[in-house]
Amino acid sequence: MNGKRSTFLFSALVFGFAFLYLPILLVIIYSFNEGKLVTVWAGFSFKWYATLFSNQGMIDAAWNSLRIGVLSATLALAIGTPAGLVMARFGRFKGRTLLSGMVAAPLVMPEVITGLSLLLLFVTLEQLVGWPAGRGMTTIVIAHTTFCSAYVAVVVQSRLSGMDISVEEAAMDLGARPGKIFFVITLPMILPALLAGWLLSFTLSLDDLVIASFVAGPGSTTLPMRVFSSVRLGVSPEINALATLIILAVTIMIVIASILMVRSDRRARASRATSGT
Amino acid sequence: MSQGDKQQAQECVQTSQPWNNPDAVPFIRFEHVTKKFGDFFAVDDVSLDIYRHELFALLGGSGCGKTTLLRMLAGFEEPSDGKIYIDGADMSGVPAYERPTNMMFQSYALFPHMSVEQNVAFGLHQDGLPKSEIRDRVEEMLNLVQMGKFAKRKPHQLSGGQKQRVALARSLVKQPKVLLLDEPLGALDKKLREQTQFELVNIQEKVGTTFVMVTHDQEEAMTMASRIAVMNEGVIKQTGTPFELYEYPNSRFTANFVGQVNLLEGILVDDNEKYAIIHSEAAGGDIYIDHAVSGHEGMTFWVALRPERIRLSDSQPAETKYNCLPGKVEEIGYLGGLSTYHVRLDSGTRIKISEPNSTRHIEPRYTWEDRVWVSWEAGAATVLSQ
Amino acid sequence: MSGTAPTPKQRFDRWMVRNGRYLVIGIPFFWLMLFFLVPFLIVLKISFATAEYAQPPYSALFQWVDQGINIALNFGNYLFLLSDSLYVTAYLNSIRIAAISTVITLLIGYPMAYYIARSSGTVRSVLLMLVILPFWTSFLIRVYAWIGILDREGLINAALLGLGIISEPLIMRQTEFAVYIGIVYTYLPFMILPLYSTLEKMDGSLVEAALDLGCRPWKAFARVTLPLSLPGILAGSLLVFIPAVGEFVIPELLGGPNTLMIGRTLWDEFFANRDWPIASSVAIAMLLFLVVPIMWFQNLQGSEKGDGK
Repeated sequence: MNGKRSTFLFSALVFGFAFLYLPILLVIIYSFNEGKLVTVWAGFSFKWYATLFSNQGMIDAAWNSLRIGVLSATLALAIGTPAGLVMARFGRFKGRTLLSGMVAAPLVMPEVITGLSLLLLFVTLEQLVGWPAGRGMTTIVIAHTTFCSAYVAVVVQSRLSGMDISVEEAAMDLGARPGKIFFVITLPMILPALLAGWLLSFTLSLDDLVIASFVAGPGSTTLPMRVFSSVRLGVSPEINALATLIILAVTIMIVIASILMVRSDRRARASRATSGT
Repeated sequence: MSQGDKQQAQECVQTSQPWNNPDAVPFIRFEHVTKKFGDFFAVDDVSLDIYRHELFALLGGSGCGKTTLLRMLAGFEEPSDGKIYIDGADMSGVPAYERPTNMMFQSYALFPHMSVEQNVAFGLHQDGLPKSEIRDRVEEMLNLVQMGKFAKRKPHQLSGGQKQRVALARSLVKQPKVLLLDEPLGALDKKLREQTQFELVNIQEKVGTTFVMVTHDQEEAMTMASRIAVMNEGVIKQTGTPFELYEYPNSRFTANFVGQVNLLEGILVDDNEKYAIIHSEAAGGDIYIDHAVSGHEGMTFWVALRPERIRLSDSQPAETKYNCLPGKVEEIGYLGGLSTYHVRLDSGTRIKISEPNSTRHIEPRYTWEDRVWVSWEAGAATVLSQ
Repeated sequence: MSGTAPTPKQRFDRWMVRNGRYLVIGIPFFWLMLFFLVPFLIVLKISFATAEYAQPPYSALFQWVDQGINIALNFGNYLFLLSDSLYVTAYLNSIRIAAISTVITLLIGYPMAYYIARSSGTVRSVLLMLVILPFWTSFLIRVYAWIGILDREGLINAALLGLGIISEPLIMRQTEFAVYIGIVYTYLPFMILPLYSTLEKMDGSLVEAALDLGCRPWKAFARVTLPLSLPGILAGSLLVFIPAVGEFVIPELLGGPNTLMIGRTLWDEFFANRDWPIASSVAIAMLLFLVVPIMWFQNLQGSEKGDGK
């Protein structure tokens, strides 16, 4: 890099990161503002955190979202993993094109369409078979599981196709049946991908507003729905406090994750170096 | 050689060369095996017999079908047509995990999350053997491949050569009827490869298992194998001992693939009981062959000459009328142990010649643009009809 | 030579393997079929119905009349979409806004990705983490952050008024400008990551070779780096463009009442007007004119890549 160009690149980088982080920073700062107005700094205070924690509706919504997130992410793993496995390892079979289409489509589908179509399905099903009776947590979990399993399938498929298939063949050659191969060989090897898929699904579920709004029923308001309805009306210091807490939680998680990753990476490199290949 | 030695040698030939014994029962038999992938014939109507205790090599370039043949033996692919027998049993429909074969993979395919010990024990666990027996057999096998010290290590803590030994131990510990090796030395560097070749042969002699190996390296196949099948485009071109393949190739393909060769195209003009004459435009004259050639006059043949069987001289050798061609030195390659020369014959054909550098302190005998004569003994050439 | 007959246990094992295979295919297949594919057929069906004050609020397509099926297909919804300029405008607007935002995202994201790809070791990991971090935080909150900045009583107006640069507050929120900012802001990481991974994989000696052969740096960039990073540019642009077209939250929170986008129109038809058939026909139209072309294009990309190998 020569001087002039690197100056340009560096300023572009600084500008980009400022653009990404200044708004977040402002939200964090103003969550500690005594006053209600964004523009006026009225002194440092934890007041809005107290208000947030005494808002039962908000806490219920957060609890709902967490439960939905854990359930959907886990179910998405149960459905997305076989889908990824089938596409990476099962070769040709009838319906393969359809399956890969159904895995790829949710990734590009506008949320409003997914939400609308699922709602209409639930309404029709209720008319026809009486299930699901009304809409609520169950319907949200089903909806989230569906689009999250597509993400899990993609993550698992790409991990598997980057993996040497002969490891699984070796297990079969040594006498293991396919089911056993999956649980004893494949599963341990794709564990990091599964973990990533679970976290991704959990985050997507926690973050979803549009689909949940379509398929939610009374008593199943999620956190994003709650936030949306209060934000629509403008800035609210309570939401600043909530945002700060979310950002804090995510930052801690990401930092821990990347420290773990760097460490395992370093360990792998070190052991490779000592073995002298 | 005493009388007893001779007799022993005779017996040895009979037991060690079952392919020359019409009564021997093949251990592995491919019967008209074909494998199609879509419209592509990966393996095209291959029939092949392999005998017990052989170290058999499938040799060929990439995409010649050798690996597909091996994978069909292991049970990873089913033949589109034909049958495979191992020790008399038809293998059709038998899945890989029930076959009496074990495979050593090119990438070794060690289970990355298991220790060396666990890797080797994996196959025995699948058979549900008692723990104590598994422990004993794993230990014995690891000692055989000299990896006893590394039992607790994970694969990523091993060097390439060590991984190769573990993979070998893992595939041998189940005492398979047939051990399949897919490019067993392909991932090792050259020095280690030469050393490992002999180790593998020693281990095979010790355990007595039938080995079937796939390789693209003709030197490796020649060093290790009892017999070799040369494959090209899904077809076996020739099967034979290394000696047979080198000295009596049946086609231009084999002659070219196994070792280096000069091919001179010509037409049979005189065929007797004792000798034959082939007229070759490429050689710029007649070539004298010291035995009869099966073919009629006017047929096209190729005379195959190995580079080390050709002599170079700076004047025309007096005694010979045939098999002596003038040319000019074009290229010299000094390889240490030997020197190679490329000579452009007056007819325009280029001939490769190699000469051993058997004494020190002597510069190569010829230099660029030198006028030389290329000659060979009548028995040195092989005549090929295809 | 005769084959040995498989033992009952072997036969059972093989049967299990065969059927286990169907089970593994079946689970995701039927889930996605039921909860992804079938819903679209229902949407399609309802798009041909008429709105009614009923529960659910649409007419039945199939009715048993005199032992026969009476099918009442109502194409009116689609004719209405075409005749009312609202929908066509919303559709075109969505594409325009998404396209412009994508270009801005690319212009901001490319130098960042380039810088990160050229830095090394810890610096690179830290920078990458900084790019990924916002992606994991709540999307809604990131959009919300801009309300406080762009609002009439927001930070920018307060600052400009305080400095005496303007006397009247500028209207920035509830404009198309705010929607651009919102989209660029929330989707920037999606652009940077694929760009980074293409640029990072690129052989650095290629640019050196160009420089060595007498190319000026900017020309080396234009003739070597840029063309080679095209796959990354395309991937990143698609990742931004696709969700941006159907975006609802950003135009709703940052855009004005006139910022028509197709996702928002659908939402309003459904929630505000409770016209399920029209909402369904908007969805079907979106699917046909947006999702299908995109998937077709992606498929094309994929097969081209496959050929290149």
